[in-house]
Formats: sequence, structure tokens, C-alpha cells
Amino acid sequence: MGLRGGQADTEQRVIQLEQDILGVNNAIAAANRRWLRRNGILSLNLVSSPGAGKTSLLTETIRRLPDASAVTVIEGDQQTDLDAARIRETGAKALQINTGKGCHLDARMVNEAIGRLNMEPASLLLIENVGNLVCPASFDLGEEARVVILSVTEGDDKPLKYPDIFVGASLMIVSKTDLLPYVHFDIDRVTEYARRINPDIACLTLSVETGQGMDAWMEWLEKRRSTFCITAADGDPGLVPFFT
Amino acid sequence: MHEMALAEGVRSIVDNAARAHRIRGLEAVVLEIGQLSCVDPEALRFALGLALRGSAAERARIEIESIPGEGWCLACDRNVPLASRADACPSCGSHRIQPLRGTEMRVRELLLQKNRQ
Repeated sequence: MGLRGGQADTEQRVIQLEQDILGVNNAIAAANRRWLRRNGILSLNLVSSPGAGKTSLLTETIRRLPDASAVTVIEGDQQTDLDAARIRETGAKALQINTGKGCHLDARMVNEAIGRLNMEPASLLLIENVGNLVCPASFDLGEEARVVILSVTEGDDKPLKYPDIFVGASLMIVSKTDLLPYVHFDIDRVTEYARRINPDIACLTLSVETGQGMDAWMEWLEKRRSTFCITAADGDPGLVPFFT
Repeated sequence: MHEMALAEGVRSIVDNAARAHRIRGLEAVVLEIGQLSCVDPEALRFALGLALRGSAAERARIEIESIPGEGWCLACDRNVPLASRADACPSCGSHRIQPLRGTEMRVRELLLQKNRQ
């Protein structure tokens, strides 16, 4: 932070800052990521429009995992704890964050949540963001990977219309493929569009209803978990860094 | 409307600077917003009108400098203009472009009111 310009009344005094508007969020996100990594907790930030089937995918995913108690879900919604209740029915831990009028989760909300959650080391943390393809794009939560879910009823041009959410995402899941006979949705086209925005994005298609593609998704998840480096081998979980 | 959250970020940067430099009134807040960032400048301006109420920048002019997008085409090994994330390299048509400039969202500087400390 520098101060330039003289003291004379006629001169313009300037304070140079060059500070990132998201600097505080990014610092908290970095602390979240450090803590999660130290504890070997793989964290995914799931983003989509409202109604793309995030919660259904989560409940089915947890059902297929060998140990539901090794899964924790943070649910972001403007109102209600309906989603957290659906997750708890599977046996997984769930914490609901209501953002009120807020349109996205931010790193501080996730920081507070992980402080309250008592997660097991080497477990899985699934963060279901507020349904919105725009606002969550700017906010790093400290997750290991972002997963974008797009249902076939939304249209295959979404990656071009909402590019920011695809930037930096590791995986795009095209959901509700059982509805493909009833809608105009081209899987090849959506994949091509998503890779225009993000050439490295992985793409999977699935249907929670029929189970199509669920095995491939579970394999992706397992591969991610097995390659995720567990650095907390000494068993010291460390303290959650609080920023409240 | 994540611009409201961004405006609150600007507010806290302004408050911290005002405290550190004992500033009462600012004439202008100068922002740099990249063309590739996720911000609508007019929505941000509107949100700042609310977020800066009661701060040293309550009456300040908001200057938003747009930073053009630029990327590095991996295939051509050179810098190319990038107006949107969906753009292809103008020479080779590849989408494998690493953004170099235009993603910033920064408070660059604060201009103090003259005749006041």
C-alpha cells in the first residue's frame, strides 16, 4: 500500500492498493484447502442450475459407497433444510447452509461449516452449491475439484452461454439421460462446447433413475480418492482455521 | 447478483485503507475489472452504491477500468486477443488458450478528496 502525491492542497493524493476484490475469500479458501488436504479429506464443489439433480445424484452416490458414515455433505440453498434431510436419510452427515438472499456459497460459509462438522480424516466432503450457473463461478471454496452438473432438459448450449462455471471445473456430468428421447440434446455437441471453454474437462453422462453411467461416475470418484494424497499420516488432524 | 458480494469486498478494502490512512472522504475509487472476469460492471456499480453507504467512499466517483482479455495460444506459441472464454485462436482455431490478462478484479487505487486529510 503506497501513498503518492504531496501535501499541497492542489495536488491529488492517491493511495495505491492493487488489492484483489476476492482476496479475503481466496485466503479463507486456501486455508480450507490446506486443512482438508492435511486431513486427507477429498472435497468436491458440485454446481448446477436449480433442478439439475444434484441432490438425487448425491443420495444415489452415497447409497453406492461402502460406508455412508465416511461421507459428509454441505448443502447450500437459499431456504429450507429439505436437502440436508434427504442426505441424512442415507446415513451420511449433512449440514445445511441457508444463504438467505445469497446466490452462492463462499469460503467463509464453508469454513464455518467444516468447523462444526467433525469430519473423519480420509473421508469425502461433497459440497452442494446453491443452484445457479453464474454466481458460484467466482468463489473458490477451497475444494479439490469442481464438478458441473447439467441435465439434458437444460439444453446443450449451456457451456457457451455460461462459460465461467466451466472454467477450472474438473468434470462435467450430463444428468437425466433417461429423458434424452424426449428432448433435443446432443451429447457430442455439449462435450465439444464444454471443451472449447475448458479443453481438459472430463465428461460423463448418467441417469440416477436408470443407473446408466453411475458406474463410470463411481469409478471417477474412486480414482480421485485413491490418487488423492493423504498427507496427514501422523494422524494429527490440526485445528480448523477459524475466520469468524 | 454476486456483484453484491464483490461490492462488499470493495467495501472492506476501502474501510481498511481508510482506517490505515485516517481518511475521511474519498473522491474516487478506481477498479480494474478484466473482460474475462465474472463481473457485470453496471451491476457492480449499482451494488457499490449500496455497499459503500456510510463509508469514506460514500460520495466517491467509481471508476471502472476494463482490462482487455489476452491469452497464450499453446499451438501457435504466441499471445492472442481473447474477448471471451469461448474464443478460438484467430490464427489456428484452437481453443487451448491460457488466459494471461483480463481475469482481474482489483481495487487499483483510491483518490483522496483535495484540501482534506
